[in-house]
Amino acid sequence: MFFKVNSFGVRGVEGFPVSVEADVSEGLPSFILVGYLAGEVKEAQERVRTAMKNAGFRLPPRRITVNLAPAGVRKEGTGFDLAIAAAVLGCLTKKAEKDWAYIGELGLDGSVRPVPGILPRVYAAREAGVCRVFLPSENTAEGTAVEGVEIVGVADLAQLADLLAQPQRIRGAFFSPQQASLEPLPDPEVDFDELAGLPTVRRACEAAAAGRHNLLLIGPAGTGKTMAARRLPTILPPLDLEERLQVSGVYSICGLLTQKEPLIRSRPFRSPHHGTTPQAMAGGGKGPKPGEVSLATQGILFLDELAEFHPQVLDLLREPMEEGSITVSRMNGALVFPADALVVAAMNPCKCGFYPDMARCRCTPAQIRRYLSRVSGPFLDRIDIGVEVPRQDLTQESLREKGESSAVMRGRVERAVRRQRERFAKTGISCNGRMGRRQIEEFCALGAKEEELLDAICQNQNLSLRGRMKLLKVSRTLADLDEAEAIGREQLAEAAAFRSFEARYWGQM
Amino acid sequence: MTGERTQEERQEERKREYSRRERFFAYWLSRIEGVGAKRAGKLYEYAGSFEAIYHMDETKLTALSFLGEKTGRAIAAARGQLEQRRVEFEGLDRLGISLLLAGEAAYPRRLENIYDMPVWLFVKGRLPAGDRPCAAVVGARSCSPYGRQEAEYIGRLLAEHGVQVISGMALGVDQAAHRGALAAGGDTFAVLGCGPDLCYPRASRDIYEALSGRGGILSEYGPGEPPLAPHFPVRNRLISGLSDLVIVVEARKKSGSLITADLALEQGREVCALPGRRIDPLSAGCNRLIRQGAAIVTEPEDILDFFHIKCKNSIKSKEKSGNTLAKTEKMVYSCLDSQPRHTEELMARSGLGAGECLLALHQLELRGLALQPANQYYVRKLE
Repeated sequence: MFFKVNSFGVRGVEGFPVSVEADVSEGLPSFILVGYLAGEVKEAQERVRTAMKNAGFRLPPRRITVNLAPAGVRKEGTGFDLAIAAAVLGCLTKKAEKDWAYIGELGLDGSVRPVPGILPRVYAAREAGVCRVFLPSENTAEGTAVEGVEIVGVADLAQLADLLAQPQRIRGAFFSPQQASLEPLPDPEVDFDELAGLPTVRRACEAAAAGRHNLLLIGPAGTGKTMAARRLPTILPPLDLEERLQVSGVYSICGLLTQKEPLIRSRPFRSPHHGTTPQAMAGGGKGPKPGEVSLATQGILFLDELAEFHPQVLDLLREPMEEGSITVSRMNGALVFPADALVVAAMNPCKCGFYPDMARCRCTPAQIRRYLSRVSGPFLDRIDIGVEVPRQDLTQESLREKGESSAVMRGRVERAVRRQRERFAKTGISCNGRMGRRQIEEFCALGAKEEELLDAICQNQNLSLRGRMKLLKVSRTLADLDEAEAIGREQLAEAAAFRSFEARYWGQM
Repeated sequence: MTGERTQEERQEERKREYSRRERFFAYWLSRIEGVGAKRAGKLYEYAGSFEAIYHMDETKLTALSFLGEKTGRAIAAARGQLEQRRVEFEGLDRLGISLLLAGEAAYPRRLENIYDMPVWLFVKGRLPAGDRPCAAVVGARSCSPYGRQEAEYIGRLLAEHGVQVISGMALGVDQAAHRGALAAGGDTFAVLGCGPDLCYPRASRDIYEALSGRGGILSEYGPGEPPLAPHFPVRNRLISGLSDLVIVVEARKKSGSLITADLALEQGREVCALPGRRIDPLSAGCNRLIRQGAAIVTEPEDILDFFHIKCKNSIKSKEKSGNTLAKTEKMVYSCLDSQPRHTEELMARSGLGAGECLLALHQLELRGLALQPANQYYVRKLE
């Protein structure tokens, strides 16, 4: 008696099909599980056997062999329990349909428990032509995020057996467009209006949000660097469906999706501690899991106290900052995780935090140099906007008033984003920060006067060709924010001010 | 005329000649740890010659009260290094370093009348000319942009009027003074707390290179000697000793520059200081000096009065060319002062938008009217 059902495993952020084959034949009574299985998959035989017994099925005292194919690919996780049970049930009752898929973990009492990674598996199921997927009932909401597949939630093995016995009673759930187009949940906790003054910082935040420019905030302690960064998500444009699926996929395999929010609605904001390890940042483990940089994809990766991070951790961010993805190589091969995050960093200019206020800073130039040198040149090269956050005189009347609110700022950002989408409609990129050499030449053309100013700036700041390109990209975003067709001298001057940090802090002292 | 002759005669009288052998033993002595100017001078007086010091008994050396047992033993032990020292001594020329001993004709006269005059000096480049005025410019390493600009201006002013500028090549004020003097094409000299073949701090490399050609580098420490902390107060006495006037630009309450000022007073040199605001920690030392009776410098040109030099008008108050400034530039310029102001503050003060204000600042910087001492902080350029 042979029977085969479908299931799906996860590798990296992608699902892959696994067929679960069961065979019940004459021989000494046993239950054998094969197919290059990780420890937790091998243990499934005990779970499945006991769960089936407790759900009221008697396993015949015969030789039961279960194979998970393709047998050459390592399988991990507890999501195969339900499929194994279904395959064995199929052998016994011959009641299951072959192109249905089963995903879920079993408890000893026969209950079906939720597993991570539902989204990529259901996605892979659709690609494989599977029309109906049985999932743990807690995971149904996540499963319905994929269009074109019927999702059937099951609470326990007995319910599954009932449904399989009477397929006409199956009432699955489907993808709902409303669910997919939900607005991001507003965060009532933070708003830019709490931040007094700081027009330059606001402007830099808007530019970073609109053009996807990596941002560095430098300034003394307590001036509002962290406050500004935490409010940055409130002015980002909402995620579109494609982005939401990408983000949700990463969160799904980490088991971070909730029933309430089966598809991520707001852009992620990740703020790893500065003691974080390279593995936690890039992703890792035996069956590699996404790291912080991938969890921040399509959102913000905030690095507070940048200079306190281990230099190794910062340097591994170079690849994602450039490519939008990160490759993690482990024993079982290399995996690519999405890592298209906006990097926002904040740091003090020196150990005591007061430099360049020489009346208060007591660091020696060598100390300052040592502190700053923890951040490497190549990392800085990938920062587009560096903004100096000043210590403000809080006795000033104007600073007691509320600042501009996030809603107003977000309006400007969204208008700038729309302009960019229109501009890049045929090019395959969507924002100024991702412009290549050719696009810069096409979309950042300057007038004669502007060209002259740019040359003067480049000479003054000793900018390389790459620095010049970055400056142009940022001025393009500033012009978009100002709703100007062409880049003007004002925008160039502003972009230059956002660029000067590198020469000032990391150049010749 | 007559005065000059007698001086020459006196110098003739004092002139001492050392044989090469004697100079070598002086070099040997100079490289022994714990033997500074004071002890070396006394030893020389006691033994009569440097070679005689070499031949002194260990028991005799350790018994000398001004040496102490430890140094006595160190001298005795250093005899074993004689061959190594000889190689080094022969190599001095190659490094471009000359050894100068007290009493030699070239030895700076200004140093001869200080209490603990150095017995030896290592010189790379030239020595300050004895017949021309000398001024030391000293101050904080971590100085404000204001202090840096003032020091540079003073260095330039002095150099343009033929005054030799002495300083210590340290970061901050020292550097600025040297650079100012070099920019004016004047003579400037650095006294180091390490061997004259080392550039300390490394950030002063440009000055070091320029000085070995155009001015001079002096040190009491032999080639290769590292810049140890106790060397610096010792070298400070040479900075003041070589000068007729010590100018303190910026100094904190506890500052090495104040040591220099104290030493200058002990040595009978004049001291003057730039005043600062009461609450400014970087001026606390200067203000205290003024309170104690140091001359106050309200105009850098005051310094020239001390040397009875009349200020050339060319340098005084460079033309602002204010007429050619655009309106926004004028507005921003009027918001600048000597305190570093963040661009945000300048925007608020001038009432201009970010782009306009930054553009104006950029233009002012290009014209040399504004200075960006730190990222996005601007000051008005002095002069």
